[in-house]
Amino acid sequence: MATVWVPALLRDLTGGIERAQVAGATVREVIDSLEAQFPGVRARLCEGDSLRPGVAVVVDGAVSRQRLRQKVKEDSEVHFIPAITGGAG
Amino acid sequence: MNEKETYRVIGTRPLRPDGADKVTGRALYGADLRLPGMLYGAVLRSPHAHARILSIDTSAAEALPGVKAVVTAADLPDVEAKVASLGEGSVNTRYQSWNILAREKALYYGHAVAVVAAASVHIAQEAVKLIRVNYEVLPPVLDVLQAMQADAPILLRDLRTDELGEKGSALTNVAAHHQTKKGDVERGFQEAAVTVEREFHTATVHQGYIEPQNATALYNQDGRITIWCSTQGSFGVRDQLKDILDVPVAQIKVVPMEIGGGFGGKNNVYLEPLAALLSKKSGHKPVRLTMNHADVLSATGPTSGSVIRVKMGARKDGRITAAQAWLAYEAGAFPGSPVTSGMGVIFGPYAIENVLLDGYDVVVNKPPAAAYRAPGGTNAAFAAEVVIDELAEKLGMDPLDLRLLNAAKEGDRKADGVAYGRIGCVEVLEAARNHPHYRAPLPGKFRGRGVAAGSWGNYGGKSSASASVNSDGSVNLVEGSVDIGGSRASISMQLAETLQIPVESIRPQVADTDTVGYTEGTYGSRTTFATGWAVYELGRRLIGLLCERAAQLWDVEPGQVTYEGGVFSCGGQRLSFAELAGKMDETGGAVVASVSVQPETWGPAFAAHIVDVEVDPETGKVDILRYTAVQDVGKAVHPAYVEGQIQGGVAQGVGWGLSEGYYYDAQGRLANASLLDYRMPTSLDLPAIETVIVEVPNPGHPYGVRGVGEVPIVPPPAAIANAIYRAVGVRLTTLPMSPARVLEALGKA
Repeated sequence: MATVWVPALLRDLTGGIERAQVAGATVREVIDSLEAQFPGVRARLCEGDSLRPGVAVVVDGAVSRQRLRQKVKEDSEVHFIPAITGGAG
Repeated sequence: MNEKETYRVIGTRPLRPDGADKVTGRALYGADLRLPGMLYGAVLRSPHAHARILSIDTSAAEALPGVKAVVTAADLPDVEAKVASLGEGSVNTRYQSWNILAREKALYYGHAVAVVAAASVHIAQEAVKLIRVNYEVLPPVLDVLQAMQADAPILLRDLRTDELGEKGSALTNVAAHHQTKKGDVERGFQEAAVTVEREFHTATVHQGYIEPQNATALYNQDGRITIWCSTQGSFGVRDQLKDILDVPVAQIKVVPMEIGGGFGGKNNVYLEPLAALLSKKSGHKPVRLTMNHADVLSATGPTSGSVIRVKMGARKDGRITAAQAWLAYEAGAFPGSPVTSGMGVIFGPYAIENVLLDGYDVVVNKPPAAAYRAPGGTNAAFAAEVVIDELAEKLGMDPLDLRLLNAAKEGDRKADGVAYGRIGCVEVLEAARNHPHYRAPLPGKFRGRGVAAGSWGNYGGKSSASASVNSDGSVNLVEGSVDIGGSRASISMQLAETLQIPVESIRPQVADTDTVGYTEGTYGSRTTFATGWAVYELGRRLIGLLCERAAQLWDVEPGQVTYEGGVFSCGGQRLSFAELAGKMDETGGAVVASVSVQPETWGPAFAAHIVDVEVDPETGKVDILRYTAVQDVGKAVHPAYVEGQIQGGVAQGVGWGLSEGYYYDAQGRLANASLLDYRMPTSLDLPAIETVIVEVPNPGHPYGVRGVGEVPIVPPPAAIANAIYRAVGVRLTTLPMSPARVLEALGKA
């Protein structure tokens, strides 16, 4: 199962745990699995059917542009981190 | 993917393809553009930092002879709030529209309120004076800590703090709270023998590009809009216009003119939508708008001022056990400061087990922050690297030895838990420690040597390119990456390397949005990495096509043709690249190819800087005596331009450290909106900046490229602050470290 590093601001939903082992072949499925274990996670990470604009997903060290559609392997590491910003625009 | 260790073209220093046009004045910038029937615009800007707009009367301006159109926020569509990707970052379309022209409130001194197009710029400027705006002046909020107070005046009527999808209940100026947590910082601090804790303040500073923003628009009768402008990313301009003007993307063509600097500040649109609306309203005449430097300073994105608190602890042996930071960044009038980037940079060079970072994005009555070279990184490194210097002092360790002991390596996890790939942090710090500058004596009173390290994550993004082979063996290259810092050369060189032909055979052209595939802007240190990757793929594709042509000539299968050293061969038959190109007509006509890529394996960059300073204890003036910048660049495609990027970053970092900063009066009016009073360093303020190129190839790029343009601005203020401490024994924690601040620290103010 993939290892998900739980964002610090979501650890109130996961009982404080920093990492979780979850099933899923895509980031979308990983979030579904997280939601099943820790209700409320999906609403914090997603907006409608997309990852929130301010959230970046990193799979195995690479920031994914596929986002929810990104493939995840059995031994993958998945991180949800604040998206890099340059300015307000 | 580094399939070559030795290169023919990469690593050489050819002349830049655009050099002749630029030194002879033939290169065309936005202000050079002349179109038949062109009108000229002028912008009315708010004299107040925070004011409700009760009414705007444009009738007198419209009645002035020669005036063709007046536009206010009422002419802009009321766009829905939507966060649109700008590649490395994102923009909220509604806020951006509110920034283009003030809608309900003017939110900073210089906020555009109305704009006029007229037969001459002088008439337009006269007309602007005739516009009557009835303001209700409100108290401004200029300080990030003041803005965070519960009783602070509120800037935006809909802003509640976002904490990863959870919205606060109260109206606030704190747009977002971000947190990164790894390990247990409390336990880490308990394990520490030495701790240092300090608070740092950094000023709002500007990118300081020489060429002001400009835009010319033609809104045709058929609805097609053409924009000529100075931008880092033509497709980004197109995307922003689509949203702000609510028109289909297919109706917009953006033509990037030559650009006189950007440094992150020319990704966002300011004038482009206004020129388009004026063109439409004036009867479809072309309209040009240009800023002056006062407009640029007061109304285009500076980067955030900030308050940063850092606490770090280390064992007696120097191992850092815990690091904690609290970062509050000014976003300007609308949310979106680079605080998350600062959080990424702040302890980036180090492997630390226990880390806690809290970042706050805070709106204040200043122009909305725009990207500026390693956005948010310089602020963060200033805080962390001064604290590390103090830790080294308390531990009795050499400051570079302490950094090396804790330096991040492949497999180490950053504060956000993501593991580093192959990085060159250790190699950079070792090169700095072994550099003659670091060991050289520094005799004389009031002189000191400081060091600091820095990191920057870099970026990849979408890039496209196309090419056609000419019959003489030259290749026309069409790319979408605007050339700010020599990328025509670095991209041409990577294509030449792949094609194994001389770089002089490549004819690069930066194209408009109708001519080339989608390409993100020249930002995030991405162009030589990502567009370079695109032309690597492009070159391979051209070689494949030419192998098919050779196979036709030799009546063999394409797979039997090999290409080596610029020569196609099969059996005993051989044709050079140019010879085969000369036979295109008889083998099927032109050979052309197009490629789009979106690589995700960009590699972070690390830097270590050494600086010697002399402090005048009577005046407080700090002189830079010697400066050495060491940086891992992956692979230097064009070493001279890499050195130029490093030197440019250092020069800007020195300005940020010693002299630059926005000064507002109590009413929130910018007091130094000119290049005379906004004090950037000149050549007289800087010594020769020595560069040391370290090459730890990025395994995620065909030629090992890492972005090089941003990380050199990260360490300078911290390195200078550490040098000042060694010169005169005071720790400066506020930027800029101006003569007045140095005197104050010395107790002589």
